[in-house]
Amino acid sequence: MIISYLLVLFKILLALLLAPGLVGYVRWLKARLQNRRGAPPWLPYYELSKLFGKEVVMSNNASWLFRVAPYIVFASAVAVTLLIPLIATDMPFDRVGDLLLVVYLLLLGTFFLALAGLDPGTAFGGMGASREMTVAAIAEPTIALAIFGLALGAGSTNLGRIVSATLAEPGVAISPGHLLAFVALFIVTLAETGRLPVDNPATHLELTMIHEAMVLEYSGRYLALIEWASWLKLLIFFALLANLFVPWGLAASHSPAALALGVIALVVKLAVLGAVVAIAETRVAKLRLFRVPELLSVSFVLALLAVTSSFLLK
Amino acid sequence: MQPIFLLLIFSYCFGALMALLFGASALGRVLAGTGAAVGAGAGILLGAGVIVSGAPFQWSAPGLLPTAGGLALGLDALGGFFLALIGVGALPAAIYGVGYSAAYAPGSVSLRQLGVMFNLFLLTMSLVTFADNVLTFLLMWEGMSLTSYFLVVSEPGQPGTVRAGVWYAAMTHAGLALLLAAFVLLINGGSSAFADLRVTAGEITPGLRGAIFLLAFFGFGSKAGLIPLHVWLPRAHPAAPSHVSALMSGVMIKMGVYGLLRVGLDLLGGGPTWWGALVLAVGAASALLGILFALMENDLKRLLAYSSVENIGIVFIGVGAAMLFGAKGLPAAAGLALIAALYHALNHTAFKGLLFLGAGAVLHATHTRDMNRMGGLIRTMPRTAFFFLIGSLAIAGIPPLNGFVSEWLLFQSLLPGVGLAQPIVAALVTLAIGMLALTSGLAAAGFVKAFGITFLAIPRSPEAAPTRQSSHEAAPSMQWGMGLLVASCLLLALTPTWIVPGLARVIAGLAGVGDALPSFTLGLSLHLGDGFADVSPLLAALGLLVVLGLAPGAMALARVNRSLRVSDSWGCGRVDQTPRMEYTATSFAEPLRRVFAELYRPTKELTIDFHPESRYFVQSIEYRSEIRGWFEEILYLPVISAIQWLSRYVRLLQSGSLHGYVSYLFVVLILLLATILWSGG
Repeated sequence: MIISYLLVLFKILLALLLAPGLVGYVRWLKARLQNRRGAPPWLPYYELSKLFGKEVVMSNNASWLFRVAPYIVFASAVAVTLLIPLIATDMPFDRVGDLLLVVYLLLLGTFFLALAGLDPGTAFGGMGASREMTVAAIAEPTIALAIFGLALGAGSTNLGRIVSATLAEPGVAISPGHLLAFVALFIVTLAETGRLPVDNPATHLELTMIHEAMVLEYSGRYLALIEWASWLKLLIFFALLANLFVPWGLAASHSPAALALGVIALVVKLAVLGAVVAIAETRVAKLRLFRVPELLSVSFVLALLAVTSSFLLK
Repeated sequence: MQPIFLLLIFSYCFGALMALLFGASALGRVLAGTGAAVGAGAGILLGAGVIVSGAPFQWSAPGLLPTAGGLALGLDALGGFFLALIGVGALPAAIYGVGYSAAYAPGSVSLRQLGVMFNLFLLTMSLVTFADNVLTFLLMWEGMSLTSYFLVVSEPGQPGTVRAGVWYAAMTHAGLALLLAAFVLLINGGSSAFADLRVTAGEITPGLRGAIFLLAFFGFGSKAGLIPLHVWLPRAHPAAPSHVSALMSGVMIKMGVYGLLRVGLDLLGGGPTWWGALVLAVGAASALLGILFALMENDLKRLLAYSSVENIGIVFIGVGAAMLFGAKGLPAAAGLALIAALYHALNHTAFKGLLFLGAGAVLHATHTRDMNRMGGLIRTMPRTAFFFLIGSLAIAGIPPLNGFVSEWLLFQSLLPGVGLAQPIVAALVTLAIGMLALTSGLAAAGFVKAFGITFLAIPRSPEAAPTRQSSHEAAPSMQWGMGLLVASCLLLALTPTWIVPGLARVIAGLAGVGDALPSFTLGLSLHLGDGFADVSPLLAALGLLVVLGLAPGAMALARVNRSLRVSDSWGCGRVDQTPRMEYTATSFAEPLRRVFAELYRPTKELTIDFHPESRYFVQSIEYRSEIRGWFEEILYLPVISAIQWLSRYVRLLQSGSLHGYVSYLFVVLILLLATILWSGG
């Protein structure tokens, strides 16, 4: 029992530790693909330590909500990490919540981040908040249906059950329903984590920003928390894509060898997904904001097909 | 049970009497509020008592109204649930009303009328849940509608109030006409007691049952505010005083749910698949369209009213799914869907009541409902802001609050429907899941707008600016009212393991849900047996709190720089910041307005005033854009013009000549005599 909970603690620390590296790696790989030298992959670690060392400058129009929001955003991402499969199939917190709780906990963070964007009263903050909530709202049905596409096979929306169902019946992983759900969820991942073609994480052109516009007024430790949470969100979505659809490599026991293998498998899966995103981001241009709903409705149709195919082909 | 029942009747009557006697004085307001609050408390006790004990309460007075079986009152678990729901909404609203009504300018509102009608409204609405025969039901139903009409027109001086009252009266009576027809068909010449109707309903032909169901669905749907019968709701709810809006939106529309459950599942005993499919489809459409129209509103109370259309739609998704699964022989899923629907109805009472009370406090402080004139109120009314934030999180379905719990249950109950053998039904359920998810996402956007634009940033007008005359924190009784509802939201969020088994007892007698309810293990997780999933809002809340507590501690240990300087906003280096630069309610919703432009069909009007010398110089530009409910125009305008056309001919009867009227009397007399002769009397 105790070892299970120690494992959860280890899981959280690992996720917090890997998240900046993952983002740095994607940035670095993207730069290499574009024939640039790029910053070293460990730059985000420097960024964090720099931001934590700086003084916070807060807008005089902002209220207490602006100061609370970074902690809530960070807490929601960490709480989600408790629930998702990362290195082992043993998940003691599986009874706390299922995939729906994961999605809605992330929405908690988005909600507060959008409010914090509105709080200082600047035009950019409002713009970012408005766009972020629009994208989040339109992505929601795809997420729900993709979850249900996965749940139909396992008979449950619990993450542990989905993982064990796929492990027990490996053929499910390449069923049309799962493949369609994977693509749908991948598109949503790009939208939810603010990647191209929905949002450009590297932009400094204000009019095209979504996520960056919301956090424009943040500085110092608050910005560090928010950035860390958003990197963690990327890791969470990658881990969900990797471990719900391809659960092999998750440690089935508590032996050090199995756990070491679990960590290695996680790093490899993250590296592969990161490479896919980096390649995709060098191939596509950012969509105009009002073309984003079209992309998301494509993903919605895919998710719809995923659900229908799993009962039509049964 | 008997003493509590008498206390309920007595205290509402006492409240009404005190309001009548003492009127607008402070004593009258306090006593009227006390009567309503005690009555509401008695309702909660009685309702909960009936559910927990499982013994229905009976009280009949056939001598009181000798025709059609007299007044028959009884309370079973289903009625008890809705009685308790009324209490949950009414108790805080009554307390809040004491402080809220004090602020009306003398003469603008008759506080005597408000106090009397408020108590009578609660009394008749409570008695609807007690009704045990058709006459009692319809009498109390009409009493509830009439008293609420008077509450809607409490402020006749305000623009639009009288018009809202006319819409409300017309729609509610159209609904009543449908209900009358439904009950006449249901009684079919026999006894009108509910106990007898349960028996005789089985003998009615399927075609007639379908007709009764349709009439009842649209009759109750007009009270519930389902699309397209919702037109009165966004007009009437905002026009009423805010604590009344809280009751109408939070409580009264649920009576439509009660009526449909009573007639459709209890008296008629369920029906074929298409009943459930129809309710599910209308519910899903109401949920999605309701929140889409809510998003476009800049009037805070109208936004909340449209969001009630959304939430009642979510409740009807659950009811429809329950009927559908009942017809398909999936009693466990049907039971779960109905539990989810009732849970959401109760949750909506708590958070919508809270939000309307919060909006009332804002209106009270700023004297405007236009969100584009608000902003920065979190500084002048911090407690109201905090309460409103909790309500916004709850209604947006954000964990660990109560809106999430019921939406989660609803999602779970829809899962078995996706695998149904009938592809059309399965596709309908799948689409409903997508629409429900889109609704909850849009609700989050809508309430970021409602809270963010109202309470955050810089005040957008002098009314919202923190000066001595304008915005101020709500009165203590108003804060208590809101605080009570915050407490109910938290209680409903953290104790689903007690509430779900209670709701299982409420629905136990209804058709289609059977006894095969999912087993519930008490404990921290809400475990729904095999094939379902787990969630524990309590543990999730604890987890969040632990991380929230640990993060600053860890940061302190890591020697993070903890200094903070308050300075100008950066805003990418802008020089000056004025309220005009802020995002407004309109601009916040702009992206969604463009995404769903097909649906909104906004009108655009652009007037450019050019310089007389050259078209290259513009003197002024005026831009207007408006979203009208186009389907209201399509559906209702023909009906309204037909009625106007008809009434022009009816007017010919009213000639104004006394001779004419005397001759009408004469003709009627002759006709009556002829009828009596004809029938051989």
